[in-house]
Amino acid sequence: MQKEITCTINEKQYVLSVDVRKSLLDILRDLGITSVKEGCGVGECGACTVLIDEIPADSCITLAVWADGKTIRTVEGESANGQLSKVQQAYIDAGAVQCGFCTPGMIMTTTAFVEKHKDCKVSREDIRKGHAGNLCRCTGYETIISAVEMCLKDSDNNDSGKN
Amino acid sequence: MFAIERYNKAQNVKEAVNLLAADPDAKIIAGGTDVLIRLHGGSKEYRNLVDINGLAELKEISEEAGGAVRIGSMATFSEIMDSDIVNRCVPVIAEAVSTVGGPQLRNTATMGGNICNGAVSADSAGALLVLQADLEIQGIGGEREVPVVGFHQGPGRVSLKQGDVLTAFRIKPENYKGFGASYYKYAMRDAMDIATIGCAAAARLDGDKIDELRLAFTVAAPKPIRCEHAEKTAAGKPLSEKTLEAISDIVQKDVKPRSSWRAAQEFRLHLIRTLTQRVVRQAIERAGGKF
Repeated sequence: MQKEITCTINEKQYVLSVDVRKSLLDILRDLGITSVKEGCGVGECGACTVLIDEIPADSCITLAVWADGKTIRTVEGESANGQLSKVQQAYIDAGAVQCGFCTPGMIMTTTAFVEKHKDCKVSREDIRKGHAGNLCRCTGYETIISAVEMCLKDSDNNDSGKN
Repeated sequence: MFAIERYNKAQNVKEAVNLLAADPDAKIIAGGTDVLIRLHGGSKEYRNLVDINGLAELKEISEEAGGAVRIGSMATFSEIMDSDIVNRCVPVIAEAVSTVGGPQLRNTATMGGNICNGAVSADSAGALLVLQADLEIQGIGGEREVPVVGFHQGPGRVSLKQGDVLTAFRIKPENYKGFGASYYKYAMRDAMDIATIGCAAAARLDGDKIDELRLAFTVAAPKPIRCEHAEKTAAGKPLSEKTLEAISDIVQKDVKPRSSWRAAQEFRLHLIRTLTQRVVRQAIERAGGKF
């Protein structure tokens, strides 16, 4: 059964006819947005994490029809004018990318985490808890946590710069 | 692709009730974090779905004029954790649901789903049992309110009939005001894991004595339970190590844990005794008591 949905993906408007049996992960990959990875397929690994109205969700256990009226962000939309986002750059600077399979989902979780915590003091433990839904089998997480810390420190500097 | 055969999106609760009543095989899909995983695993039980995912009317968290706290069944765990009303009035619910899965799951999964799927390990169940929450249910015959205590029937089974939709949880002021409460989830990992044992307690004091203790466990029996013997033993007792020991000794009469690949029965019993002391102590301390 097909249903028509309207959504915004990476700032572009889409009107899509989607099969109700498909997940959001399925239709994103059908559109060529292949940063979104299927890892476990059951909401445990976080490789398929996207932001739905700025909230991280596992797109593998989100029905495609639920994207109707929503704004979706994936890694494809994070760089602008050839410039990586602050989070993407921090991952490179911290050496937080190895095989790269978890990275797009991890970056989307970090992006939401940094936006939510930009005015708060957070510990490395808070960062671990905030990223507990994203598995990485390469890095051992330390470099990822450092990348997140770098993003939060940056936003501190920016804030104090403004004041 | 999920093997969905019939799919209907309800525009409101009434329509959901009618759609469910019209199809004896139809099941509700709410946050989807359980139903879609079962479909992914090849379950045939969830081929016909009535979707209530987008219903904003089921998401509201509010405080009624009389002091009752009302949490919409479709409020996500993250929305509950971030709610000022929940954190001020019934913080044990936020404490409990913050232990569910991981961030993405909590952003999607709902407390209504956590209770209606009848999971023996439901983290929200312990907190709701000690707060004696009431469930607002809409069905073919109209609206009714039933206590969560007694709602669970067995593993995966609750007192809902085809056509019933849980719309909200309601916690009356007399069930949370004056109580200190606590929840502890014991699991092998601190995230993305299911409770080996979950323990919730709420305590109200009368001077330096326990006026009322409510103790609940998940995974300690074929359904989430309250502990009658332990609660009776606690009533009127002074705040002392001896009292905690007496409660944790008798709690074995209330529970019936099993052995599974997660943990042996003996280990679960050890956890139950240990957590009884730890969680009851914390609930009492949160009620203002000192040992």
